[in-house]
Amino acid sequence: MMITFMNNSDSEEEPCNERTSLMSAESPPVPSYQDGLQASEAGEAQTHRKRRTGGSHSPNNAADGNMSGSSVPVRESASENEEEELTLKYGAKHVIMLFVPVTLCMIVVVATIKSVRFYTEKNGQLIYTPFSEDTPSVGQRLLNSVLNTIIMISVIVVMTVFLVLLYKYRCYKFIHGWLILSSLMLLFLFTYIYLGEVLKTYNVAMDYPTLILVIWNFGAVGMICIHWKGPLQLQQAYLIMISALMALVFIKYLPEWSAWVILGAISIYDLMAVLCPKGPLRMLVETAQERNEPIFPALIYSSAMIWTVGMAKPDTAARGPSQQTWDTAEDGRENHRSPSHSDSEILETRSPVPTHPITSLEELEEEERGVKLGLGDFIFYSVLVGKAAATASGDWNTTLACFVAILIGLCLTLLLLAVFKKALPALPISITFGLVFYFSTDNLVRPFMDTLASHQLYI
Amino acid sequence: TIARDPLRIIILIAGAFFWLVSLLLSSLIWFIAVKASDPNDEPLQKGLLIFGVMFSVLLQEAFRFLYYKLLRKAIEGLVALSEDGCSPISIQQMAYVAGVGFGLMSGAFSMINLLADALGPGTVGIYGDSQLYFLTSAFMTMVLIFLHTFWGILFFHGCENRRWWEIAAVVVMHLAVSGSTFCNPLYVGSLVPSYMLMAIAATWAYLLSGGSAQNVRRFLLCKSCSVTGTWYLAGLVPSGLPGRSWVSAGGHRVVSVGG
Repeated sequence: MMITFMNNSDSEEEPCNERTSLMSAESPPVPSYQDGLQASEAGEAQTHRKRRTGGSHSPNNAADGNMSGSSVPVRESASENEEEELTLKYGAKHVIMLFVPVTLCMIVVVATIKSVRFYTEKNGQLIYTPFSEDTPSVGQRLLNSVLNTIIMISVIVVMTVFLVLLYKYRCYKFIHGWLILSSLMLLFLFTYIYLGEVLKTYNVAMDYPTLILVIWNFGAVGMICIHWKGPLQLQQAYLIMISALMALVFIKYLPEWSAWVILGAISIYDLMAVLCPKGPLRMLVETAQERNEPIFPALIYSSAMIWTVGMAKPDTAARGPSQQTWDTAEDGRENHRSPSHSDSEILETRSPVPTHPITSLEELEEEERGVKLGLGDFIFYSVLVGKAAATASGDWNTTLACFVAILIGLCLTLLLLAVFKKALPALPISITFGLVFYFSTDNLVRPFMDTLASHQLYI
Repeated sequence: TIARDPLRIIILIAGAFFWLVSLLLSSLIWFIAVKASDPNDEPLQKGLLIFGVMFSVLLQEAFRFLYYKLLRKAIEGLVALSEDGCSPISIQQMAYVAGVGFGLMSGAFSMINLLADALGPGTVGIYGDSQLYFLTSAFMTMVLIFLHTFWGILFFHGCENRRWWEIAAVVVMHLAVSGSTFCNPLYVGSLVPSYMLMAIAATWAYLLSGGSAQNVRRFLLCKSCSVTGTWYLAGLVPSGLPGRSWVSAGGHRVVSVGG
């Protein structure tokens, strides 16, 4: 399992410390979890849906026989086999569900880098990277970047451990306050700066009242969407936006070589933090799963569909209250009959699932199991691609190569996730591919392609 | 035809990745050769460039073969995982998607810097070069993308049925097309043969995918069922199609025929 944390602090210069992880939406089902069905909060609904994955629609009739079994443990073991099959069958869909947001984030970052010059100007450094890279000698520069990296990584480690300790000792209020503060800063301050720079680039004038209105609305809706409830797509869009903003900040304020060394170091750190038994991220995810709580929604991008009331079926009105009944009916054939006729209709039509599935429910079930990707992954992928766009002299070829490399790395990581079924670090493979392709494309492929293009040769 | 199905998108991106790796290796070889040689010797540099191009073509085809091997293994895995014993995607569809992947990546790498430069100020051909540079580049890129798609289909078909001459034909065609670009800026020497080769490859791939002259006629005449007509033309409908399906060397049906 992988977890991503975003620790923001108040001042602009302090970066967000990101950890990355990729978590399968299917956590091991626990029988007592059925009591948690009452909560209708979005995040919990997600984990709840994770638990339900075993009972979801399967065209396999044999498995459906298991679904009608009353004993939960039997159903669970059978459902785990189903889960495996279904996971792998729907694996391609989940990969695409993650490709799209990662691609969008990268597109936003690359577009901004290419058009807004602010993010490629060097205007100072963060206090986390105190050593400057303006030294004449190569060795000194390398040394400075390594020192910068060490400082940055240690800051990240300290923050992660701090967060894990807070989580372990149930200081939820503190964590929530921290997260809210950091997303406030991101949503308001960074957006303000971003908007200002974009307007400057395109020479568009905007008066302060309009600006305040726009930013206030954007930020307020963002806070609600991320920390509370909201349409899934809007929440995903906001998460992509803040990841892109964070990545832009990193690209601007990290010096050249330090950025590359930091990327490499953080993927190694991610590998260790998630896979080692005492790794902070692993402990966090395990604690969260033990307590059957979702990881904070502000830190994780989830591709699973949240149960929205506005489904395109005639008896949607009954969906809200029938959610619990449907779920429990699914699980143990306990029918909490609610008074509305349509509810019983739903419940009855749920019974002959193998022969005649309801389309919308089927869709829902198919889309329910999603994969979660930490926001730090988004950020560091975008940092890599953004840096490639900003600093590579081969321009678009290098950017494109890094983009494809990162996507393939993500694909491989998801494949491993399907095989291993536990949280995995999403950074190492992709970042390794990305770095390899960046340096090789910039130094090897670019001269080749340039020579070919100048003679107009095609290979 | 590709964006609808997530599996195809993955195969597309993986195809692009394989092309990228082949380009990387070939440019590595070229780079080493150039660094090891005298930079002032013009004919030598030109010769090295030609060698680089040919080597790159051969390497691309080699990677296409490797990708074919990978996709074969993937099909076996998908068949094992699926409930009804048929893979959700057939090898022909994979061939098509792989070809498109190769083509898109090749086209993108050829064209995108050009496009970026075209956005900026400048005059085409100010130093006496051809003024049609952008146009011809665009056409050449387009023909290459199509050709890669068709070569994908032909290549995979040849590998499936163990017809080595098909594979050799693809390699020879690729070499010919790349070689013809050496005639640039004499564009008639490069564009015309390339388009002719593309027409040949197109008809060949179409026939191999199960199309026929009747399908074309039916497609052109059948206006009301144009959607199905398109699929008839493409020959890519895996089930219920009155076309040939590929039978691999072991006599084992590869194409899944559904209801």
